[in-house]
Amino acid sequence: MKLLTHNLLSSHVRGLRPGGGFPLQIQASEVRVRPVPFNAAFVARLVPRLRWAALLEAAESLGHPSELPPEPAADYEGDESFLRRVHHILLEVEVLEGVLQCPDSGRRFPISRGIPNMLLSEEEA
Amino acid sequence: MALAAPALRRYLLLLAQEHLEFRLPEITSLLSLYGGQFSSEQEIRVNSPFWILSIPSEEMARGLMKRTVCAKSIFELWGHGRSAGELYACLKNYPMDKMLPYLQSDSTYKVHIHTFNKTLTQAQKIKKIDALEFLPFKGKVNLKNPEHIFWILEDYGMDPNNVPEEPFHLYFGRWIADGQRELIESYSVKKRHFIGNTSMDACLSFIMANHGRVKPNDVVYDPFVGTGGLLISSAHFGAYVCGADIDYNTIHGLGKASRKNQKWRGPDENIRANLRQYGLEKYYLDALVSDSSRPIWRKGMLFDAIITDPPYGIREATRRTGSQKETVKSAERSTDNHIFVSSSYHLSDIFFDLLKFAAEYLVMGGRLVYWLPIYRPEYTEEIIPRHPCLKLISNCEQMLSSHTSRRLITMEKVKEFKDQDQHSYLLDGQYMPYRGHNSFREKYFSGVTKRIAKEEKDNQK
Repeated sequence: MKLLTHNLLSSHVRGLRPGGGFPLQIQASEVRVRPVPFNAAFVARLVPRLRWAALLEAAESLGHPSELPPEPAADYEGDESFLRRVHHILLEVEVLEGVLQCPDSGRRFPISRGIPNMLLSEEEA
Repeated sequence: MALAAPALRRYLLLLAQEHLEFRLPEITSLLSLYGGQFSSEQEIRVNSPFWILSIPSEEMARGLMKRTVCAKSIFELWGHGRSAGELYACLKNYPMDKMLPYLQSDSTYKVHIHTFNKTLTQAQKIKKIDALEFLPFKGKVNLKNPEHIFWILEDYGMDPNNVPEEPFHLYFGRWIADGQRELIESYSVKKRHFIGNTSMDACLSFIMANHGRVKPNDVVYDPFVGTGGLLISSAHFGAYVCGADIDYNTIHGLGKASRKNQKWRGPDENIRANLRQYGLEKYYLDALVSDSSRPIWRKGMLFDAIITDPPYGIREATRRTGSQKETVKSAERSTDNHIFVSSSYHLSDIFFDLLKFAAEYLVMGGRLVYWLPIYRPEYTEEIIPRHPCLKLISNCEQMLSSHTSRRLITMEKVKEFKDQDQHSYLLDGQYMPYRGHNSFREKYFSGVTKRIAKEEKDNQK
């Protein structure tokens, strides 16, 4: 699971408060860094779709502090070194084994072989 | 004489004669991707392999051909007519200053002749090419590797049992580019490492990406991803792709293989491996195990396109998470990850959930492309699901049998999703073809359909 995907995922366990369930806390037992060719235009397109604080927090929790500012600068689109750091954290750091935990309900979603399992049972959904 | 606004030039598109209904939406979507409007003055006979397009630039024509799998080639149209005489007259009227750059004495060229619905002898071909001597060709003929290639195209109609002596239409043009039909062979499912029971034919999966207006740097999502075949075509066009499926084994590449003579899917058989096979691994984002009738994403406009083939409930089991006890075929390393799944998910719910999902999670202008199974004797346009935020762009039929088909539905998000836009609907609310005992699945398997099929077969003897 890449941190881009993590930034978009949310728990939808029944009974959560509005806006609850995000961001999922990552407890990783195996993390891999795999290079992906850098594409500035793609990364720049993604920035507005991200929840920035959650991204920084997730990177930190994996032991890959992102060296990113608390907010993207206004002219981030032209800042290649900024985009490269975003690229690295979004696309090159993968959680292979671990768990995603809902911050409100505590429900745990396992990650195995890099694939999160988001299935809920009938009672939970 | 009034001055035209951006002058349109005329191009001749030569199309492949398959997936006829899918062609116009493909070409229209691709032209809009390159900034073109498909004007109503287009001279299109929808079933013909010859279309004349009026578009502003050669650049747009080349852009179109870099994407299309429906069209074979495009030509700058120099003349056309309903007889050889008309064609020659038209050519004599084509502006000399537009011709000369390609007829220079220091250039090489050849003339190719293409006939539709008729085969000409070599002698006949040469005669027709020689008849164009009046054109100011100054260059040298080079049959192997010419700089410029000119085509004569002749249309002998659509009836192979009634081929006329003379063609109905003749065209002459300068070849500009070929389309992407070679992708059909290079991405053939026969060669793919990881397939499922319902892996999509390569041509149709490229058509889907084109109907979806997939662009480089898009994020494309497939909520019923299976083995990821549909993602491959989007990745080929430069989009980053992700998908989800309720089937743990398929996502992980475990369990019985679909390819004949193979016992077990190998450890490297999964969506990522499929992309790697084609050098597209860099476009792989993620795969997830999830039930697409349940939300897993945070609210927001996350995806540029959703391209999918939902389970019809016929070859693939239609499932939803539930509490019904059912043995799930699990991997050797069985975990408590597996939630029991039930078969109580009505076919119709899949489509309404899908539209609602698209309305909420697509960016504005983003497209949803999906297959809808159809029971032909009862089909009307009213059964296509609708949603207040989505506009129906196209609806193309592929026949499966005399009584069943599927339609490729393309919708575009035109309105932002608000909570009151929750629900998809049908134009005629009374009409629920996918529910209950009238459902598609019932009809497909019913004795009635089988009896009719047998009758048809008997009649053919």
